[in-house]
Amino acid sequence: MSDWINTIVQGVLTGGLYALLAAGLSLSFGVMRIINIAHGDFAVLAAFIAIALAQWLGLNPAEALLLTLPLMAAVGYVLQRYILNRALGADVMRPLLVTFGFSIIIQNLLLEGFSATPRSLYAGNFGTSSVTLNAQIAIGYLPLTMMIVAVAILAGMQMLFSRTMLGRAFRAASDDPEVVRLMGVDNRHVYALAMALAMVMVGVAGVFLVLQSNTSPTDGPQNLLYAFESVIIGGLGSLWGTLAGGVILGVAQAIGAKFDPGWGTLAGHLCFLAVLAFRPNGLFPKTKDR
Amino acid sequence: MSLLQTDQLLAYYGDFQALYGISLRLEEGETVALIGANGAGKSTFLKAITGLVKHGGGAVRFAGEDVSRTPAHKILAKGVALVPEGRRLFPSLSVEENLLMGGYAKRPGPWTLPRIYALFPALQAHAKRPATALSGGQQQMVAIGRALMSNPRLLLCDELSLGLAPIIIRDIYAAFPTIKGEGTSVLVVEQDTSQALKVADRVYCFQEGRISLEGRPADLTREQITQAYFGV
Repeated sequence: MSDWINTIVQGVLTGGLYALLAAGLSLSFGVMRIINIAHGDFAVLAAFIAIALAQWLGLNPAEALLLTLPLMAAVGYVLQRYILNRALGADVMRPLLVTFGFSIIIQNLLLEGFSATPRSLYAGNFGTSSVTLNAQIAIGYLPLTMMIVAVAILAGMQMLFSRTMLGRAFRAASDDPEVVRLMGVDNRHVYALAMALAMVMVGVAGVFLVLQSNTSPTDGPQNLLYAFESVIIGGLGSLWGTLAGGVILGVAQAIGAKFDPGWGTLAGHLCFLAVLAFRPNGLFPKTKDR
Repeated sequence: MSLLQTDQLLAYYGDFQALYGISLRLEEGETVALIGANGAGKSTFLKAITGLVKHGGGAVRFAGEDVSRTPAHKILAKGVALVPEGRRLFPSLSVEENLLMGGYAKRPGPWTLPRIYALFPALQAHAKRPATALSGGQQQMVAIGRALMSNPRLLLCDELSLGLAPIIIRDIYAAFPTIKGEGTSVLVVEQDTSQALKVADRVYCFQEGRISLEGRPADLTREQITQAYFGV
């Protein structure tokens, strides 16, 4: 019995990582109407930047993470402002194709720079120690930290969107990109800020990803898939729904893997398909059809 | 020096020419109405001033400054606010958030949230509701309030009366004396000619992208206006 509880707890904590990945994806879709095919690759890029920084500068993982985030924000701002903004317009295919191009470029740059060998970031004792509740249930410090960070970031995003001028500008720019300019909002700048923010979230997710397991340069698309599934399970437009979606996906994978290590990913996909079949708007939808 | 002056302003939508040299002026404190049939170029003229339509030739001067090539997001900071045709409120924002978006540029001046609610008391009770859940008249009030929140020197209003009942239109125009009392100049585009003649100090009639008539309402006869409006 309690090893089942253990499985579910691990799944819930993995859900935090998926929620972070998913929140970035749904931010860029929500504000710019861009489906970022390279989203998972940006997570892997952040992971490898953190690995490189840790090696070159001899940083511990926390320092590497803190240094990676502003870099990711800058990458997000520049790519949106100077490349993706030019692709925006009536045709949704154009930004999609541009991000598809990013995906290929990032994977190949990482292969060139780091080879195909899977790597991880070594977190020392912190990575392996845990709070032991009883003989079967142990909660690792690392997954627990990941969950706490994820919840904190999502809460921060929620505050930003509902309480601040920038958050209102994000929503208004999404509603009506033309009229929002008459309010004095430079929508190209606002889009770039939104992408910077999405990249910070994806950066956090990416670094936790390599702290937790081996990651290779071609793992991006798989992460994109998990992010998509979390968004869809949770329902578009709802941050807490996204967290729930990530948790449900994480638990489904953990339960699947309990039966057979090869079934984890499959169980996650089946759970996602079940939601699509019975609740196509997701479990906690917030967007309204306009 | 006029507050707004356009000189031979041209505008195009792709190959289609919408404005054929509009020369118009508006003095500080004045209310000017643009009348004319559908497709005469009135809305395009407002879009050309605010930078939503690309500048196609000629000049736009605001308070003496050339703003012909000022992008749309910088025009508000200069003191020009537009109430767009069809209101164009932000559907995912509440009434209050829509009003606050109007204050995004933080231009100082007399208009604040409490003053907007005093001007349109009907809005206060709906402050937290989604803006597009309100009645058409109330939505128009939000759109005007949103524009006023930027404390404009010049308020551009595009078809305020479109699709609204006469009694609602009267309520909305009842706010104009207060708005003008703050020294704001107003440029209204109206298809409802009698409403336009009532509020305006001067009227321009547009016909197929050109100005066909200009004058004070008291000096214009009904025949002149009909002639300029329909071109028959």
